[in-house]
Amino acid sequence: MMPLRLERRLEPSHFMTWASPLLALLLTTVLAGLLFALLGKDPVRGLSMFFVEPLTNTRLVGEVLLKATPLVLCGLGLAVCYRSNVWNIGAEGQFLLGAICASGAALWLGGLGLVGTGLDGAATMRRLYAPLVLLAGVFGGVVWAAFTAVLKDRFNANEILVSLMLVYVAQQLLNYLVFGPWKDPQGFNFPQTPSFDPAMLLPAVAAGTRLHWGSVLTLVAVAAFWVFLFRAWQGYQLQVGGLAPAAARYAGFSERRALWASLLLSGAMAGLAGAMEAAGPLQRLTPHVSTGYGFTAIIVAFIGRLHPLGILVGGVLLSMVLIGGELAQSRMGLPNALTGVFQGLLLFLLLACDTLVTHRLRWREGLTK
Amino acid sequence: MNELALLLAAAIASGTPVALAGLGLLLNERAGVLNLGAEGLMLMAAVTGFAVAFNTGSDGWAFAAGAAAGALAAAVFGWLVIWLNTNQYATGLALSLFGAGFSAFVGVGLVGKKLEDRGLSEVPGLAEIPFVGPMLFQQHPMAYMALVVMGGMVWFLYRTRAGLVLRSVGESPESAHALGYPVRLIRLAAVVAGGALCGVAGAFLSVVYAPMWVEGLVAGRGWIALALTTFATWRPARVLLGAYLFGGVTMLQFHLQGEGVQVASQLLAMLPYLSTILVLVLISRNAIWLRVNMPASLGRPFHPGH
Repeated sequence: MMPLRLERRLEPSHFMTWASPLLALLLTTVLAGLLFALLGKDPVRGLSMFFVEPLTNTRLVGEVLLKATPLVLCGLGLAVCYRSNVWNIGAEGQFLLGAICASGAALWLGGLGLVGTGLDGAATMRRLYAPLVLLAGVFGGVVWAAFTAVLKDRFNANEILVSLMLVYVAQQLLNYLVFGPWKDPQGFNFPQTPSFDPAMLLPAVAAGTRLHWGSVLTLVAVAAFWVFLFRAWQGYQLQVGGLAPAAARYAGFSERRALWASLLLSGAMAGLAGAMEAAGPLQRLTPHVSTGYGFTAIIVAFIGRLHPLGILVGGVLLSMVLIGGELAQSRMGLPNALTGVFQGLLLFLLLACDTLVTHRLRWREGLTK
Repeated sequence: MNELALLLAAAIASGTPVALAGLGLLLNERAGVLNLGAEGLMLMAAVTGFAVAFNTGSDGWAFAAGAAAGALAAAVFGWLVIWLNTNQYATGLALSLFGAGFSAFVGVGLVGKKLEDRGLSEVPGLAEIPFVGPMLFQQHPMAYMALVVMGGMVWFLYRTRAGLVLRSVGESPESAHALGYPVRLIRLAAVVAGGALCGVAGAFLSVVYAPMWVEGLVAGRGWIALALTTFATWRPARVLLGAYLFGGVTMLQFHLQGEGVQVASQLLAMLPYLSTILVLVLISRNAIWLRVNMPASLGRPFHPGH
């Protein structure tokens, strides 16, 4: 018999709600250190790749924030879904469609031949290109999420499985385009589109980094989601549906509207993130436009307690794990797949630690009880 | 004619791992537990099985190792969702994400290693029958094993007392608990057994079907197996049928590519996923009928003592 036992709390612990992610992070760090030791590497140096090195110079800090951008955007949308009890796990697919549609728009606008001409209004037009490209991305993400919504709404098809199947479909669609019709004819047969016209790209925000205005827009999105979730009637309605479906029905809050609203919002955010990735750091569409951002964002949403500010912190944290994995690969010769191990471990431990939100640990007092 | 027989044989081979995993998940779900971690489970088992087959040369050990890896990972999942009452969706997702990362990490050194092609075993006598022989009786033993597992599961669920108890735990854990059955232990046993079957399926993919290891080898088959349990309205024989249909679509796609059909291979590769969606839509359309067939406590946590 274990000397400890779990006892249900009368009220969920507010303190543990926020302490649990920290505890999970601590435990993940300990296990990561053990793993480094097992692999015959110095644990301190290994861990510093994840928690210290990414913050040592401007370029790397820029990279951390750059990778945090899509994670936070996707995480915000997913948080609304999970708060509404809609299990969208296909942000990855919505991200890819965003990247595809944004790239389509960028290539099409670039091909119109308006860029750089001395026509009247050409300068004004130029300013509109990047926003149009982002809007196209939002459109792509929304359409992809709408498939899941309509199949759930009209045909009762499980949104978890449909949204996930659509990730595989989206990846094949992306591959088809970059290996086929959109392939750069001057690209030495690499599967990628030509690079976009500079007018389509997101302007840089800080010298010496690849950070772009999309990251600033993401901060605005964090604030907007905070207002939506905690200060807006519509946001409240969605969440009641998630917490207490019966109460929501009684109050006349539509379940269908919650499904559509949360999925479309989440699709829009993921699509925007995909567009920013293509029109930001990549400047073109490649098969690897996402390195699993949509899936990592699920962890970001949970570790951030489905709260916009928490997601901001979680996005930066998981981004440090991504960068740390790359550094551990280049500087210590460790496989990059380590990142995935740590990500999965973190979510596992978080869910286990969350037990302490509703339960407390008590020492067993004898066997008489 | 013979070509068609071979195509159908390939469909059965391709459906076999999905069938095994689907049957395992069916067992989970009949006890009321939804394991969204199937994909991760299969990946971990696939890499384990491949490593064992590569180092020992024994398929038997490879399948055993795959089953053990699947059972172990499922036990962790089961402990979390059954004892700590963590959210089943989120915990399953965690398992899928962890499995993808862990298998990629462990398998780094195995990428590019090749196993010999596993021969097919002919059923003596029957394999010579025209058409039917090459289609049904020249398969890897695991293909027949899937049938045996299906039969065994039908017998267990509908003809034994233990099976009845397991189903009652999935329908109404409260009643089963009131009758004195250890609901949580029964659920854990179902989860572990189901995980072992998913593990065998994963090992089959890497050791026999591929036979190689690459990152993400399972390619969504764990999720498709999850969809199959719904498609089958939680009946073992229909899981098998659905798996062979999936195998048929997969093979059709390769066949069309081989025939030089003027459609890009990437678009054809969407077919298995699109048909899974289609099948889900068709089967889920009648919400009431689906709910009647679904284990009533599926995905719901059970707390004894309140």
